[in-house]
Parts: sequence; C-alpha cells; structure tokens
Amino acid sequence: MSAPVGTRGEEFEVVVERGKIAEFAAAMQSADPAYRGAEAVVPPTFLASSAFWRPDSARVAVGFDRRRLLHGEQEYVFHGPPPRAGARLRAVERVEDRYAKPGKRGGEMRFCVVVTEFRDAEGTLVAEARGTFIERAAAGGAA
Amino acid sequence: MSAPSTAVEVGTEAPAREFGPLTRQMFVRYSGASGDLNPMHYDDEMARSAGYPSVFSQGMHVAALLAGYATDWLGAERVRRFGVRFRDQVYPGDVLSCSGVVTDTAPRPDGVLVTVALAAKVDERTALTATADFLLPG
Repeated sequence: MSAPVGTRGEEFEVVVERGKIAEFAAAMQSADPAYRGAEAVVPPTFLASSAFWRPDSARVAVGFDRRRLLHGEQEYVFHGPPPRAGARLRAVERVEDRYAKPGKRGGEMRFCVVVTEFRDAEGTLVAEARGTFIERAAAGGAA
Repeated sequence: MSAPSTAVEVGTEAPAREFGPLTRQMFVRYSGASGDLNPMHYDDEMARSAGYPSVFSQGMHVAALLAGYATDWLGAERVRRFGVRFRDQVYPGDVLSCSGVVTDTAPRPDGVLVTVALAAKVDERTALTATADFLLPG
C-alpha cells in the first residue's frame, strides 16, 4: 500500500527536551553552548529524533520495497529561529510528491517526498522536515 | 550567539574541520540520540551478510556532523534551512573532512539571508553534500 500525494497522517505531539538536545549535540560532537541548558535551541537535524514521539499509526505509507529503499535527501526548514527546549509541537506527516525516473540499467526508479510539519501551540508552522525516499529499479529491469 | 566577526560574502569559506577517525561508538551514540536503531550501523555480522565490508555510519549521523560544522561557523540560532544529499557510505576508521563556502547573499528587511554549500569528504570521496540558509544581521 502506498499513500497518494496529499495524504496526511494523524497528528502527534513532539515535546522538545533539553536533555535530548544535549544528547543529540554530543552525538554531533558539538560543544556549542547554544545546544545546552534551559534555553537550548535544537540543532538543524534534531527533529529526526521526533520519531521517538511518532506512533506507527501516524506514518504515511511510502510503500516502497525495503530492500530497494534509499534515503536520498533530507531537508529541514525553520520559519524563524529553531525551536527551543520546552517547546510543545504538533507534528503531522504528509505525502508532498511522487515521481519516477528511468533507472540507469533499465526499469524505473521511484521517488516519494514526505514532509513533516511542526506547529507551535498557536498553530503557527515553525519547522518542516522534508525527506526524499527512492526505490531503486528492480534488478533485471528492461535493460 | 557567536556572531561571525568578519564580513560574509560570496566566496567566503568556512574554516576546514575534520571529524574522526570515526568509531562504532560514535554510530551507536547517534543511534541512541536519534532513535535510528537500524542494526546495519552497529552489527558487523548483519552488515557483512548484506554485502558491506562492515557496519557503516547513518547518513543522518554524517548530516548532523556537517550541520554542527555549519552552525559553529554561522550560528545555531540563525539557521533557517539545512538540506543534505546522501552520496556515499562512511565506515569506521574514516576521517571526514568538512568544507563550506558562501554561494549567495540576499538582503531582506530582517537581515541578510546567506546561502552556503557544504561537503563532507573521505579523502577524495564525497560522502555528503548540503546547502543551508542562515539569516544574519544586516
């Protein structure tokens, strides 16, 4: 099953925690004080960890064969300074785009772009995560 | 936070930085921090059975290192966009060399939007490329 463009998943809560930010900063080998303390700001790729908060039921179905699945690109957009420790965000996934290209050795490469929107308590869009997933062409395609 | 003390214009380069040699412990630390528990990044037997020489880093781990490199340069609170393209695997023992250069500056009412191109290489092999936008004071 693969969700069509425009599909939206169910909303889920993401609480931005200072300890999680510090743990993430340690994993990125950063000593920046901006990533520590009560006023810590999230690192650019931190929202990857929002997966901890996402129930399986909130995921949109990319629908690709896992054995041929690649994570091609990932982007984070912040509509202002990145969220800080203590922020309680509401997140929702949506399928933004699907397209296909001919594979280098025949067959078809399929692409799916999934955006996760993060909104604050007032409903303002504060951040977006945009992942591009690729399903490589099946082996022995129309070579 | 830390403001860049020198002028930022097209062609301005970030100070070069290396990460590594990378270790399995670093991959595991990123697994815990991110919640990506894919065993290909810490279970050598499984990685070899899938045809890889050993475990390899999460692409998002390398992305996080490159992101920190960029925010050390232009400021953690000033980032407005960070986008990466995954190009090649990174293995234990690899040393990542990071570079960055300003590719565009655009004045806005609230400052100057600076666009940068970033890369993480292992020797001559490009593991990851990225572009990012930072809003700097005008």
